[in-house]
Amino acid sequence: MTGSPNWYEIIMTGIAERLDKYRSFKLFLDICVRWGACADKCHFYIGSGDPKNMPVLRAELLRSIYRRDFTTAGKLFGKFAGGRKLTPLIIKEWFYYFYQCTECRRCSVFCPYGIDTAEITIMARELLNLIGCQIDWIITPVANCYQTGNHLGIQPHAFKEILDFLLDDIETNTGVKMEPTFNRKGAEILFLTPSGDVFADPGIYTAMGYMILFHYLDLDYTWSTYASEGGNFGFFTSHEMMKRLNSKMYAEAKRLGVKWILGGECGHMWRVINQYMGTMNEPADFLEVPKSPITGTVFDNASQIKMVHIAQFTADLIKNNKLNLDKSRNDYLKVTWHDSCNTSRGMGFLEEPRYVLKNVVNNFYEMPPNTIREQTFCCGSGSGLNAGENMDIRLRGGLPRANAVKHVHDKHGVNCLGCICAIDRAVLTASMDFWVPGVRVAGLHELVANALVLEGENERTTNLRGEEIADLMEENEE
Amino acid sequence: MNIISSFLLSFLAGIALIVIAWAGALTNLQGLFGVVLPYIAITTFVAGVVYRVLNWAQSPVPFRIPTTCGQEKSFPWIKANCIENPSSTLGVVIRMAFEVLTFRSLFRGTTVELRGGPKLDYRSTKWLWMAALGFHYSFLMIFFRHFRFFTEPIPALVHLAENMDSFFEVTVPALYISDGLLMACVTYLLIRRVIIPQVRYISLPADYFPLFLILAIGTTGILMRYILKVDVVSIKELAMGLVTFHPAVPKGIGSLFYIHLFLVCVLIIYFPFSKLVHLGGVFLSPTRNLANNNRQVRHVNPWNYPVKVHTYAEYEDDFREKMIEAGLPVEKELSDEKE
Ligand code: HEM
Ligand code: SF4
Ligand code: SF4
Repeated sequence: MTGSPNWYEIIMTGIAERLDKYRSFKLFLDICVRWGACADKCHFYIGSGDPKNMPVLRAELLRSIYRRDFTTAGKLFGKFAGGRKLTPLIIKEWFYYFYQCTECRRCSVFCPYGIDTAEITIMARELLNLIGCQIDWIITPVANCYQTGNHLGIQPHAFKEILDFLLDDIETNTGVKMEPTFNRKGAEILFLTPSGDVFADPGIYTAMGYMILFHYLDLDYTWSTYASEGGNFGFFTSHEMMKRLNSKMYAEAKRLGVKWILGGECGHMWRVINQYMGTMNEPADFLEVPKSPITGTVFDNASQIKMVHIAQFTADLIKNNKLNLDKSRNDYLKVTWHDSCNTSRGMGFLEEPRYVLKNVVNNFYEMPPNTIREQTFCCGSGSGLNAGENMDIRLRGGLPRANAVKHVHDKHGVNCLGCICAIDRAVLTASMDFWVPGVRVAGLHELVANALVLEGENERTTNLRGEEIADLMEENEE
Repeated sequence: MNIISSFLLSFLAGIALIVIAWAGALTNLQGLFGVVLPYIAITTFVAGVVYRVLNWAQSPVPFRIPTTCGQEKSFPWIKANCIENPSSTLGVVIRMAFEVLTFRSLFRGTTVELRGGPKLDYRSTKWLWMAALGFHYSFLMIFFRHFRFFTEPIPALVHLAENMDSFFEVTVPALYISDGLLMACVTYLLIRRVIIPQVRYISLPADYFPLFLILAIGTTGILMRYILKVDVVSIKELAMGLVTFHPAVPKGIGSLFYIHLFLVCVLIIYFPFSKLVHLGGVFLSPTRNLANNNRQVRHVNPWNYPVKVHTYAEYEDDFREKMIEAGLPVEKELSDEKE
């Protein structure tokens, strides 16, 4: 071991401190009966067959250390009680396996005590951070987000430029010119989305979708370049780092004097917003309870944190007949729906996106019930594992999800995987190309915008990706 | 620890316990084994469980992190799943009740196999769930039936339980369903630990030991009742002595009884310090005992502390020139900065 010479003490005090701060941590280390209900629920175990990827064993990697040094049985019986002494080798083992957990919480659904291995992973990563072990793909985005406003380190002028490119594409494909605003004080709504949406293919089509919808509604909204990141890689680092990055959302809303915040499609962003944001920050009294300016609907399930998910916002518009939608424009697609882990198991956001989806496409097929909704499988690349260098693990972890897609692909000819997560959009594309070629990945609002009939639009012969719709339809007939 | 040493170690521990008790009974230490130890066991159990629960409760729950297993509360026109994703305390209580009484999460279980292809094949594991329920309910039933030794007169409910439990009167004395069920389920759980590679890999001595212990308790109990009949009247005298705090050791109770009692005492003492405390832990689990209402009700973290942030002012200082050039609004002009 290089680095901190007192790494052992740092980890041990780190464990002690977290035991006192988090009941979840203490309890989950104590009460597991090692019955293994969780064992084959983890996509990494299913995809790799590596026994240390069974959630119960992943937790045991840390639990065994805890047991030896923090419990009576362990102090008395040592390894007979399942205790292990922390060694540099174990640190390496931690590094290997706690970065093979995407904190997806699927195991927690099946555990009779709700033991959430993600919670253990979060703590283990905090501990590893204390001695300087972290992966570049997490720590660089965190630094960027802190300093520049978003994970990709896009500077303010470039951020605007990128969106201008997207606006040009929108104009080419729809014939409509739009002019969103940035950092505008006094707007009614602040819109925040993960930067993956403005940067990476196919997320950009979803970003176009948002702007088209807002233009259609003539919504009084603004983007922010300072808080230009909805996602939060700090969450994959430590609770403290999550808070440091998250604080920008409310700070910017306050500075701009908006009434409420609208959030884009993202998974872990919404886990943080739903489960942590209200607690981490001072009460957002400077905002109003969100109310749709179009339908007048008050979003009272967001009465305290004052931030609304765009799929909920859109579902309300459709329910109130505010959108002129031509579903048939998406007829070349046979769509299935991927529930993102975070919005499913950290929020329960299941029906809102489905309602929107069913109103913008004609062909929708669900995957098998044990692979969707609260039992959904992770894309395999969450919690900061979405780098190309992790491709091997990603494809293994992506197997269960891909396999379920393959099932509906073979059975119904599904050729599009819809989702509401920016990481999903980027990584599932790779997973599909490998496991189920011929299936594209699309964000919900890409599909919405393709179906949305705009005032003054052109023939709409192409979709937002610039593909000829007639060709796609024909291809599909064959 | 590999399977053989784990398994043997806990098995030998079990045997050693039996030998100790037997030796005790033979050397006339009935007072120790019949009176002192039971009192020690109960005291340890109560103190131990209270300590564990208080110890858990001492650590705060800084964040509200329920695992949501159904549709959240949304629009009135979207049906929320108010039990699997509770937004109220009532929902949480019902969710917990399902979890504790029916092992709801275990009920979801599936097992997966990789078939050629690669194709994943899932199968339900309802029988596993049934074995778990069977084990716990028969244990509860047996525990409850034992009150006939500790009460005088015996409450009607205990009689009722006995009658229900011996519904099939196939032997004399009537065979209790729970006895057979307990032994079958525990044996199954044990075999499962040995046979299924995944479960074998995660098993520690601490996993085999309680199963052996319960198996041994069950066996001695069954032997006493059906085969080597013991003097139930004297045993009741002993038990009543214990609960009325006038302990006395009647003569003529067989050593088998002392083995049974000793093993039970060991189980009770072992309970608070082992995985068996899952009994108390279930109720405190933050992923199951909280409502998913974070966006409506503020959850307070008692140790929340201020963190260093990158403010907008600092950000604008970093990028002011570029922002102005790109036509983005700024708070301070370049000229202000110079001052
Ligand atoms: C509120 C009461 C309880 C609940 C909700 C509960 C729940 C569970 C569940 C869900 C399991 C996993 C499935 C299984 O292995 O059967 C389990 C395991 C176990 N429980 Fe309980 N339990 C309770 C009380 C007890 C009590 C009082 C005992 C008595 C000693 C006990 C002994 C065990 C044992 C030995 C196992 C492990 C079985 C194995 O290793 O295969 N439980 N419990
Ligand atoms: S949280 Fe997800 S990735 Fe982590 S152990 Fe559980 S199932 Fe596996
Ligand atoms: S399901 Fe829960 S109690 Fe069972 S082995 Fe997994 S984490 Fe432990």
